[in-house]
Amino acid sequence: MPLELVLQYFLSGLIYGCIYAAVAIGFNIIYNATAIINFAQGEFAMLGGMIASTLAGILPLWLAVAAAVALTSISGVAVERVFLRRVARSGVLNTIVATIGLSMLIREAALLAWGESVRTLPFFSGTEVSSVYFLGAHFSPQVYWVAGATALIMAGLTAFFKFTLMGKAMRGCSANRDGASLCGIDPDRMVTIAFGISAGIGALAGCVVAPLTQTHYAIGAELAIKGFTVAAFGGLGNSFAAVLAGLALGMLESFSTVVVPEAYKDVVTLCVLLALLFAKPTGLLGSRAAATLKEY
Amino acid sequence: MPFGSLAKPAVLCAVFLSCLSSAYAADPIKIGAIFGVTGPAAYLGAPEDRTARMVVDGINRSGGILGRQVQLIIKDSGASPEKAISFAKQLIEEDEVVAIIGPTTSGESMAIKDVCQKAGVPLVSCASAEAIVDPVAKYVFKVPQKDNYIVEWLYGTMNKLGISRIGVIASNTGFGNGGKAQLEKYASKYGISIAISEVYDSNATDLTALLAKVNAAGVQAVVNWSIEPAQSIVAKNMRQLKMSARLFQSHGFANIKYVQAAGEAAEGIIFPCGRLIVADELPDSNPQKKLLAKYNADYKALYNEEASTFGGHAYDALAILKAAIESAKSTEPDRIVHAIEGLKDFPGTAGTFNFSTTDHNGLLMDSIVMVTVKRGKFTLYRGD
Amino acid sequence: MSGPNRYLPVLACALCAFLLPALLAATKTAYLLTQLTMSAYYVLASLGLCLLMGYAGQISLGQAGFFAIGGYASAFLSKANLSAFASGRIAGLLEHVGLLVRGADAYGNAILSISPWIAFICAVLLAAGIAALIGTPVLRLKGHYLAMATLGFGIIVERIVRGTKDLGSADGLSGVPSFPILPGLAVAGGKALRASNFTIAWLVLALGLLALVNLIGSRAGRALRALHDGEEAAGAMGVDTSRYKLNAFVIGAVYAAIAGALLTHYNGSIGPGEASFMKSVRYVAIVAVGGMANLSGTLVAGLFLNFLSLRGVFGRFDDAVFGTILVLVMLLAPSGKARGRAGSRPGLPVFRRRGDPGG
Repeated sequence: MPLELVLQYFLSGLIYGCIYAAVAIGFNIIYNATAIINFAQGEFAMLGGMIASTLAGILPLWLAVAAAVALTSISGVAVERVFLRRVARSGVLNTIVATIGLSMLIREAALLAWGESVRTLPFFSGTEVSSVYFLGAHFSPQVYWVAGATALIMAGLTAFFKFTLMGKAMRGCSANRDGASLCGIDPDRMVTIAFGISAGIGALAGCVVAPLTQTHYAIGAELAIKGFTVAAFGGLGNSFAAVLAGLALGMLESFSTVVVPEAYKDVVTLCVLLALLFAKPTGLLGSRAAATLKEY
Repeated sequence: MPFGSLAKPAVLCAVFLSCLSSAYAADPIKIGAIFGVTGPAAYLGAPEDRTARMVVDGINRSGGILGRQVQLIIKDSGASPEKAISFAKQLIEEDEVVAIIGPTTSGESMAIKDVCQKAGVPLVSCASAEAIVDPVAKYVFKVPQKDNYIVEWLYGTMNKLGISRIGVIASNTGFGNGGKAQLEKYASKYGISIAISEVYDSNATDLTALLAKVNAAGVQAVVNWSIEPAQSIVAKNMRQLKMSARLFQSHGFANIKYVQAAGEAAEGIIFPCGRLIVADELPDSNPQKKLLAKYNADYKALYNEEASTFGGHAYDALAILKAAIESAKSTEPDRIVHAIEGLKDFPGTAGTFNFSTTDHNGLLMDSIVMVTVKRGKFTLYRGD
Repeated sequence: MSGPNRYLPVLACALCAFLLPALLAATKTAYLLTQLTMSAYYVLASLGLCLLMGYAGQISLGQAGFFAIGGYASAFLSKANLSAFASGRIAGLLEHVGLLVRGADAYGNAILSISPWIAFICAVLLAAGIAALIGTPVLRLKGHYLAMATLGFGIIVERIVRGTKDLGSADGLSGVPSFPILPGLAVAGGKALRASNFTIAWLVLALGLLALVNLIGSRAGRALRALHDGEEAAGAMGVDTSRYKLNAFVIGAVYAAIAGALLTHYNGSIGPGEASFMKSVRYVAIVAVGGMANLSGTLVAGLFLNFLSLRGVFGRFDDAVFGTILVLVMLLAPSGKARGRAGSRPGLPVFRRRGDPGG
C-alpha cells in the first residue's frame, strides 16, 4: 500500500477520532458528576449544529456558533433540572432508559422544528472545495478546526478542573459527595454545571464538524452510540482515555476499509470493543480504583 | 285514476334517485397511501406525503373522480416493513381502500407485494426495485424508472466522454444496492471496467477513507449511487482530496437541497433523471412540460421548497389511478388494473407511461435525460 | 407474583386466544386480529427481556438482535432451495425421513426445501447457542459496560444482516413460506387464516407466560431475585450467580428468537430494521413501563403500546410517544431510592404489585 494512501487513512481516522472523542468527553463529564450515562449527549451535538445552521443566516458565523453553544448549554441545564435530577436516584438501569427516552424526544422535537432535510454550516475557513496538503495527505482546512477544537476542549477542561475553584469543587464532588457538601459545596449545583459544560462541548463539536459531515435531525443517535463506545473503550469517567480511545477507534474504522467491506466496518469496531471489555471489563485505561475516584 | 297509479312508482323513483345521488355524493373513493414520512427514508417519504396531499386536494376541488370526492388515508410507516404490512392489511381489510400507493422503499414494497396481490387490491409502488414488477404480479405496479435505463444513460454518456475505468460506491440501502447491481451488470456491454465497487453505511458522514481507496485504484470517474445526504459529502470529499476523477451521481441527486449542501463541489456533477427538475428548459411541444411546470409551481407555492423527483412519484401514482378509475368508470380492482394496463402515452413527472399486461412500470429509456449542475442550478447536460 | 393469582394472566391469554376472534367477528372488527397477532409476538420477546432485566437485573440493549437471529435464520432456512442437490443420496435420505420436503413456489417451479419445523428449531437453537456463547463473558460486565456490550451485540447483528447479500441486504428477506405447525394449521398471513393465527399467537404467548410464571415461582426464580437484590449477598448464600444469569440470558434470547421466527412466517418477510437499536429500546421501554419485574405489567403495556403503534394511532409521532412514555414513567418512579440500590420498581402505579416486599 502506497505511503500516500496510508497517510490518507491516518488522516481520516484522525477526523473520525476527534469527533468521537469530543462526544465521549461530554459523556465522561456527566458520568463523573452523576454516574449517569447520558444518551442524549448525541442530541446536544445535533442541536449545536442545527441551531448554528439556522443562525448562520442572520449572524456572522462565529457569533452563530457561540450562540448555538450557549443555547445548547442552557438546554442541557434545563434537561438536568427538570428531569434527570429526579431520575438519577432510581438506579443505573432506569437512568439509561430515561436518557434514551429523552434523546428520542429531543430528536422528534428537532424534526418538528427543522424538518427532515439536511443542513450545513459554511466552512470556517475556505469553501467546500478548499484543500490543503500536509504530511502527505489532502484534506479540507476544516480538519484543522476540528483538531483544534478538540485540543482546545481538552486544554480548557484541564485548566478548568485543575486551576479554577469551581473545577476543583466539581472534582471534590465527584470523589466524595458527602464530604464535598460538608465543605460547603452544593452537589446539585455541581451536577447542573456539569450538564451545562457537557452540552456546550457537545454543541461545539457538532458545530465544528457540521461543515464536513452535514447535520440533520437524526444524527444524534449514531453519535451517542459512537461516543458511548469510545467512552467505554477508554474507561468510563476518564476523558484523557476517551481522546486516546477515540483516535484509536477512528484509526480502526479508517484502516479496516483496507480489508473489510465498508458495510462491515462497524462490526469490526464493535468486535474489538467487545473483546476488550471481555478482557478488561473497565475499559482500556479504566480501573476500579479510578472508577471510584471518578476523576474527570 | 291515472295519477294514482303513477303516484306510487313516481314516489319510489324519486326516493330511489335521491338516495342514489346522496349516496353517490357522500360516498368517497378511498385511496390508501403508505409513506415513510419519518425515519430513514424521510428525504423521500416526506415530499411524497406532501405531494399526495396537494394532488388529492386539487382533485377534490375540481370535482373529484367520477363525481366522488377522494379520501386519502396516509399511514406513516417510518420505512419499517412490518409496519407497512400492518398498514397494508389495515387499509385493505378495515378501510377497504380501492387501491394503495407507495410504499417509499423497496424493502417495504416487497413485503406487501404478496399481501396486495393475494387480497386483489391494486398497489402502485413509489419504490424502485426491479423485483416489484419482475415477475409481474397482476395487481402490483411501480412508477419510478427502471434502474437499468438510468445506468445505460450514464454509461452512454461516459462512452461519449471517453471514460472507461470507473469506481462505484453505493449506500447500503435497497436503492444503493439495486443501482450497484445494475452498474455491474451493464458495465461490459458499454466497455466500462469497474476497478473498485464498494458499499458504504447509509449514515456515513465522512467518506475520505473510502474515496482515497477508490482514487488509489486509478479511476477516471466515480459513480455514487445513494439517496442520502452522503451524496453531497461524496462531492465535497472528492474535491478536498483533490481527486481528478469526475463524479457521476444517480437520480437520487435530483433534489436541489443536495446541490446546496455540496456548494461549490456540486459544479459539474452529471447524473441521469426525469425531466421534472429541468422542466423550464423543455420545448413547449414536450408532452410533460405543462404538468411539470404546474407541479413545480404548485408545490413551491404551497410548501415553499423546490419539488424533487421523489415527490413526483406520488404525483404519478395518483394521476395514474385517477386516469384508470375514470377510464374504467368503476372502482372494481380488476377493472382498475385493466385500465392501468391500457394506459398509453400517459404523461407523468417521471416520464410518459405506456403500460401493458407484461409491463407494469411503463417507462422506457426516453423518460430520462442527463442533467448537470451549473452555478448551483440544475440544467440539461449538453456535453462538456 | 405469589399465590394462585399469578396464573391469572396465563388464563386470560388462553381465554382470549379462543374467544376474541368470535367476539371481534360478531362486532365486525375482525381486522383487529392482525395487529393483535403481531403484538403478541413482540410481547413474547419483551417477556423474555423482563425475565433478564426485571428479575435477574441484567440490562440488555440487544434483545432485538436475538429476535432478528430467530427470524432471519428461520426465513433463510425455510426459503433455501436445495433442488440442486435433489438427486444426491443424502438428499434422498433426508427427504425420506421428512427433513426435506418437495413443493412448488408461487410461480410453479419445483423446490426442495428444509422442513419448516427443522428450520424453526435450528433458528431457535442458533439463538440459544449464540446467547450461551457470548453470555458468559458479557454477563461478567456490570452496569454501563453491560449495556454497552449488549448494545454492541445488537448492532453487530444488524450490520451483518444489512450487509449480507444472501440475507437480502437492506431489503431483507421476503416471500417467506408459511409455517405449518400441524396438518391444517399454519402460521401465515392470509386473511382466511386471521383467526387461527391469532389463536396460535396468543396460545404461544400464554405458554410462554406460563413457563415464566412457574420459573419465577420456583427455587430458580427466588435465586434470580436474590441475585437482583444483591449479587454478592446471593453468592454468599450459595447461589451460583453466573449460572443463573447465563440461564436468564439464554431464556431471554430463546423467547426473542421464537417470537422472531413466528412473526417472520406470519408476515412473510423480515428486514434489518428488526435488529435495530430502536427496536431494542422499544422492548426495554415496554419492560420499564410494565414495572420491570412485573410479567403482567409487561404483558399489558406491550400489547397496548404495540397494538396502537401498529395501527398507526400515533401517526408521525410514534417515536415521540414512546420517548414521552419513557420519560414520564421514569419521572413518576418512586423517589427516595438510593442511587444504585437494586430492586427498584418504577412503572405506573397500576402495575406495581400489591404486597410486594422491598417494592
